[in-house]
Amino acid sequence: MSYYLFKRLLAIIPTLLGITVITFFMIKLAPGNPVSLKMQAAQGLKSEALSASVADETLKLYGLKVELPTYYEAWIHRTTAFLYGDDPKVDPKFSRRALEFLGQNFIQYKIWLTEMFQLNFGTSFKDHRPVWDKIKEALPITLALNLIEILIVYFISIPLGVFSAVRSDSFSDKTIMLLLFVLYSLPSFWVATLLLMYFAGGDHLNWFPIVGLLSDGAENFPFWKKLGNIAWHLVLPVTAMVYGSFAFLTRFSRTNILETLHQDYVRTALAKGLTFKRAVWHHAFRNSLIPLVTLMGTLLPALLGGSIIIEQIFAIPGMGRLAFESVLARDYPTIMAIAAISAFLTLISLLISDLAYVWVDPRVSFKAREVR
Amino acid sequence: MALILENHQAKKLKPPQEKSSYWAIVRRQFSRSWLNRIGLIIILAMGFVALVAPLLANSQPLYVRYEGKVYFPILQKIWPLTHLNLYPEIREWNFDKLEKKGADVRYTLVPYSPNDYDLESILLPPDEYHLLGTDEQGRDVLSRMIYGSRISLSVGFVAVGIYTLIGIIIGALAGFFGGRLDMLLSRLIEVVICFPTFFLILTILAIFGPSIYNIMIIIGLTGWTGIARLSRGEFLKLRDQDFVTACRSQGMKTRRIIFRHILPNALAPVLVSATFGIAAAILVESSLSFLGFGVQPPTPSWGDLLSQSRAFMDIAWWLTIFPGAAIFLTITSFNLVGEGLRDAIDPKLRR
Repeated sequence: MSYYLFKRLLAIIPTLLGITVITFFMIKLAPGNPVSLKMQAAQGLKSEALSASVADETLKLYGLKVELPTYYEAWIHRTTAFLYGDDPKVDPKFSRRALEFLGQNFIQYKIWLTEMFQLNFGTSFKDHRPVWDKIKEALPITLALNLIEILIVYFISIPLGVFSAVRSDSFSDKTIMLLLFVLYSLPSFWVATLLLMYFAGGDHLNWFPIVGLLSDGAENFPFWKKLGNIAWHLVLPVTAMVYGSFAFLTRFSRTNILETLHQDYVRTALAKGLTFKRAVWHHAFRNSLIPLVTLMGTLLPALLGGSIIIEQIFAIPGMGRLAFESVLARDYPTIMAIAAISAFLTLISLLISDLAYVWVDPRVSFKAREVR
Repeated sequence: MALILENHQAKKLKPPQEKSSYWAIVRRQFSRSWLNRIGLIIILAMGFVALVAPLLANSQPLYVRYEGKVYFPILQKIWPLTHLNLYPEIREWNFDKLEKKGADVRYTLVPYSPNDYDLESILLPPDEYHLLGTDEQGRDVLSRMIYGSRISLSVGFVAVGIYTLIGIIIGALAGFFGGRLDMLLSRLIEVVICFPTFFLILTILAIFGPSIYNIMIIIGLTGWTGIARLSRGEFLKLRDQDFVTACRSQGMKTRRIIFRHILPNALAPVLVSATFGIAAAILVESSLSFLGFGVQPPTPSWGDLLSQSRAFMDIAWWLTIFPGAAIFLTITSFNLVGEGLRDAIDPKLRR
């Protein structure tokens, strides 16, 4: 087990490196940096006022320009001289600049990576707060939201899937499946808009608040009342987030249970005189859980992505909203941090589901599973 | 008992057809369910509407007969013909006045262009003139939705086309050659899977600017992992089969083996995945438009219509209901067809 875990953890390293490299260069390719943002802001004054030295200083302040080590400079000089010599047809300046650019980026990447491992993601371009602080505020909200959602989804959809599978091809099964199919295809932002339209004020039912996580002045409520207030605010967003994965999971668990119901061991169980109920719950159901466990790992990233639009609609200050706002503001340090953190979380959840798979299914041993 | 039943059913079945190719069987299996057929019909109808959108919704009359001459003013508005300057004399005509003078003027089904604003008829509920109502600038919602179908469907097909191609190539390379290349490509797939796709798309759109072509390309470049894993698995399974060995023993080139012999056998599950992918891509496009990162106004797209409607949620339900229903209907149809195809190619279900 520990050997498998060790190998599995080792396999994470190249993936993590790949993720950070892509994130880094994606942002590097992006036009616009704090200097140009400042230029835009200072356009009312006079753009020449922002002299080259100020621009240079700003770049250094944000770690966007670093001093190249002297040995690297010397190496560039030697290499270009060696490669191109006095050939007038090539422009050694260009290749020198390219090498300098590479070196700059490599050093910046190294700095960014080491700082990231110390949870130092730099300061936001937008409001000059440390990025990690912003994430620390937003991440628990999104994680809690997703946890609630996953719990609800699993608690309803698995029994419903069993119910449907046991009565497969009956009228109730067909109705449930068709209904779930419809639910699965409903775009969540449309549902969210409709929920807002019909349940949150306007001419219709005014049951729930439109946006936010807390009512005005609710910060000072006693604990239970505050919790109740939050729950009241969460009804609509959670509904809008839940139904899609709910429909998906129910259909999924139905197929799985149907498959296990046709297995020989279930027939054997019935043949030796077990009641149908016992055969279903003790023999078929347990085995059908295996794919459901692995699915949980893949569900999490989808939920994180899906919450961008829902959090935006309901103005919930979670990761999705933070992500969207930093994209709008071209706040690259925050964008990089969010991309890296969500990718990391996804990797972890994939790992967990991998381990859980072995844990649930005793037939699978860690030794037999090879690391791809 | 079972035997008798089988015999009984066997009598009812038609005699097997002479030419029962793989795809013929799939087609027969697919069209068994009425739901599948409806899904396919809706998709084809949507595709038709998107193709002939200018002929369905246009403020220019379809046909005018005036003083013994026949004109088709609508032709001026259809894309490659716009440059021809077909009827220079009718550019300035006012067809309403012309009709009063006794001309025979016939309009299309929806006599409004998607961007024709009319400030005298803003936020009108559905009636006999504006079948699905009008928006805050008096533009006809039905007309805008007809043109919006072009955006949704083209994004769906092009984006999925791009990523199916990428996915098949990467999956085929990884699965067929195995070894180090497989390990490398599997790592690459893992890296791309780990990225939050929607966030990635948003970021890249913010960098390169939102436009329909960028959306197609970006969805295409980020969505290929599913197909790649699928085709990798298929290639892994197929590469050791006898027909591949037979090809090898004939001295066939690797490229020929991959594309002419293994690929056709691996294509069916990829096709199913691509069908679901189109639904997902349409959803992503409308979500992006909803967030304001989609096609830029005034070009209509379903997500954008829905997003505009939020300001008038309380007073104009038709602005919210109809575009959302269109997105929903399209996604459902693609999902239906995907499910039908999946069941049709699944050998376990075939009798």
